[in-house]
Amino acid sequence: MVKSNYCKMISRSKPGPGDGGNTGSWRVMRPIINLDKCIPVKTGKKACFNCWLYCPDCVVTKTIPPTIDLSFCKGCGICAEECPADAIEMVDEASQTAKEK
Amino acid sequence: MHIIESGNVAAATGVKLSRAQVIAAYPITPQTPLTEKLSEFVESGQLEAQYIPVESEHSAMAVCIAASTAGTRAFTATSANGLLYMNEQLHWAVGARLPIVMCVANRGIGAPWTVWNDHQDSMAQRDVGWIQLYANDHQQIIDTVIKAFRLAQTVSIPVMVCYDGYLLSHTYMPFDRPEQSEVDSFLPAFAPKHFLDPDNPGNFNTVTLPDVRPGVDGVLEPGYIEIRHNLHQDLRAALTSYEEIDRDFEKQFGRGGTPFVEEYRCDDARFVAVAIGSLSYQLRDVIDTMREDGIAIGVMGVQMYRPFPDEAIARALAGKECVVVLEKALSYGNQGPLYGDIKSALYRLEERPVVHNYILGLGGREIKTQQLLEALTESCTKPQAIEDTPRWIGLKLQE
Amino acid sequence: MAEKTSAINLTEEEFVHPGNRACSGCGLSIVYRMGLKALGKNTILVVPPSCLTVLQGLYPVASTKLPCVNVTFASSGAAATGVRAAMKALGKNDVNVVAWAGDGGTSDIGIQALSGACERGEEIIYICYDNEAYMNTGVQRSGTTPQGVLTTTTPIKGKLQVKKDVPAIIAAHGIPYVATASAAFPLDLYDKVKKATTISGPKYIHVHTPCPPGWAFESRYTIKVGKLAVETGLFDLYEIENGTFRLTGPSERLLGKERRPVTDYFATQGRFKSLDAEAVRKIQQQVDAKWAAYQSGAV
Repeated sequence: MVKSNYCKMISRSKPGPGDGGNTGSWRVMRPIINLDKCIPVKTGKKACFNCWLYCPDCVVTKTIPPTIDLSFCKGCGICAEECPADAIEMVDEASQTAKEK
Repeated sequence: MHIIESGNVAAATGVKLSRAQVIAAYPITPQTPLTEKLSEFVESGQLEAQYIPVESEHSAMAVCIAASTAGTRAFTATSANGLLYMNEQLHWAVGARLPIVMCVANRGIGAPWTVWNDHQDSMAQRDVGWIQLYANDHQQIIDTVIKAFRLAQTVSIPVMVCYDGYLLSHTYMPFDRPEQSEVDSFLPAFAPKHFLDPDNPGNFNTVTLPDVRPGVDGVLEPGYIEIRHNLHQDLRAALTSYEEIDRDFEKQFGRGGTPFVEEYRCDDARFVAVAIGSLSYQLRDVIDTMREDGIAIGVMGVQMYRPFPDEAIARALAGKECVVVLEKALSYGNQGPLYGDIKSALYRLEERPVVHNYILGLGGREIKTQQLLEALTESCTKPQAIEDTPRWIGLKLQE
Repeated sequence: MAEKTSAINLTEEEFVHPGNRACSGCGLSIVYRMGLKALGKNTILVVPPSCLTVLQGLYPVASTKLPCVNVTFASSGAAATGVRAAMKALGKNDVNVVAWAGDGGTSDIGIQALSGACERGEEIIYICYDNEAYMNTGVQRSGTTPQGVLTTTTPIKGKLQVKKDVPAIIAAHGIPYVATASAAFPLDLYDKVKKATTISGPKYIHVHTPCPPGWAFESRYTIKVGKLAVETGLFDLYEIENGTFRLTGPSERLLGKERRPVTDYFATQGRFKSLDAEAVRKIQQQVDAKWAAYQSGAV
């Protein structure tokens, strides 16, 4: 009998997050946004958004205030470095996690 | 309609009738007239296809891989070193399960340089996973190309159609050129299940881990070895598929019936010569002569080499006293590739024929019918006396 | 007059999923994210072995939301050709066909296929992200590694040869659009990729892509390092449109102004450790000469 369904398997990946798992676990330092200094928060307007623009991992939202998805944020620190208002501080991840517990 | 044309034009005509959509080719002797004819078909409007004059054979297969993944019928052709240059891509096309068809005008491989016919180029690719079909004359070239496109898209495995460089590619023979409407009803349009589609995005053939891994929906997806296992299973099943396709072709066009091997005077033979390509037809003259001398000998031409039709071959050769495998290739350091495959196919038999191996024609060394007669006569006269190492026909060693 | 691209008006739509395997602070992540925003959904990607292969995810999960075919290392230019040929055959002529390759896959092993595609005038966009070494396989030197740089295959003396000028090679093919861009100037990159989608023929964009582990700097400085390359005049942002050369953006603004010394750039990265004072002086001279030529309009 001739086989009718050939090629049942190919390597074709489907889109989805977390290919590298919870990359938030990579963090050694965690970004914390100081809402008192953040420009869009202070002005109430859509402004700046450097953190959203430069984030390599699309984990910052373009909202007022911007939020960071900590399940995927790798803690690179670019947002902190590029914030013109010095509103983002990189704090030690281990002690933050301990604080939360 | 009957025409008289070269083997290369027969191949090009088969590609045109099969409505290839993307053609990429790089010139290499003796394939060049094939690609020239295809570019003429395309430029004149006889064939509606994209013709890409690529800058290398590696790129020719790259174009085919990409075009096939994007959902179109792709074709290329090459010979010898060009085939070797795209070796990496051949593996890729197979693993990606792409129904690409390629013609190989068989030619010897350098070093040293040779442009003349032997089978070393396609034989060197026998383990890659491409389906390998060999045509023995011009009619078989055009017919096999058409069947190849249907087989490729049925089993999702690329197919190479091989024919002897110069001996078939450049000689002229009469053959029947099927009508386009007939080919259209034999070969349905290419409609793949998975293809590059912005409306249904997927990432093809990225790094695939050794172990199984869950996908985005949590379902465990296969690993590398499962995908390769599936390929092998489908290759073995392709034997049956090709039989059916060949039967369909015979019904429609009145030709075929020898998908795996083409036998001549083998039924009542005690001895059988085995060869690939035009050599199997040249041997028919030798068979007729020996038959006149009372030697019960036949010749079998192997038409499908991969997947290897081991069952059909074992059945055909069971009960024979001696099988003589003559081939234009060698697995250097060991024996002829076809010889090894036939021996292992015969291993299952309770009583096995003696098997002999002759290497000949490398680099296009002329094969004289007289030489074949002498070799076969010796093999049939004292089959047990010949050792299990390849013998050579046509060497001119200066003592 | 179109509104100038800014962080405010730039689309929020993302074409990459987070949680992928790119390094923390990866310059390519920024380049890829911006480039895909400019290309949009109606795009097919071609990707050879490279950091992007890993970023895009291991089977069966894809971090990219666009259809992509992975291809062998040397074949990006030819594979993009094949995708375009298929689109033509199928009558789908509004799809972007874009090859994304690293510097190795472009300037070394991939240059033949890219050259062929340019010579044939293929309707493709080719984006080379240049992190100046074979980063995916562990920081081995490539054709675009700058002179003096320490890599794992130039571990003591640093690379002896100069950086291969790939944009110039591609421009010599006479294609309609060649541009350079940088991860540090994502809006400029966005504009250039967007522009490329409107031009007919082959388009080549060479993007300077800082790499924290490979260049040996802390991941938070990816943008700073990239900016310094431009501000010291070492990496220039320009366009060559139909053969006409033009500095753009920050590089254009450097004309006639004082550039920061190259030592400012070298000091930020461990990979320049082996450069001695004499080598630095030579490099500064070369940069000065290049900018003098820009100034005089010789380029």
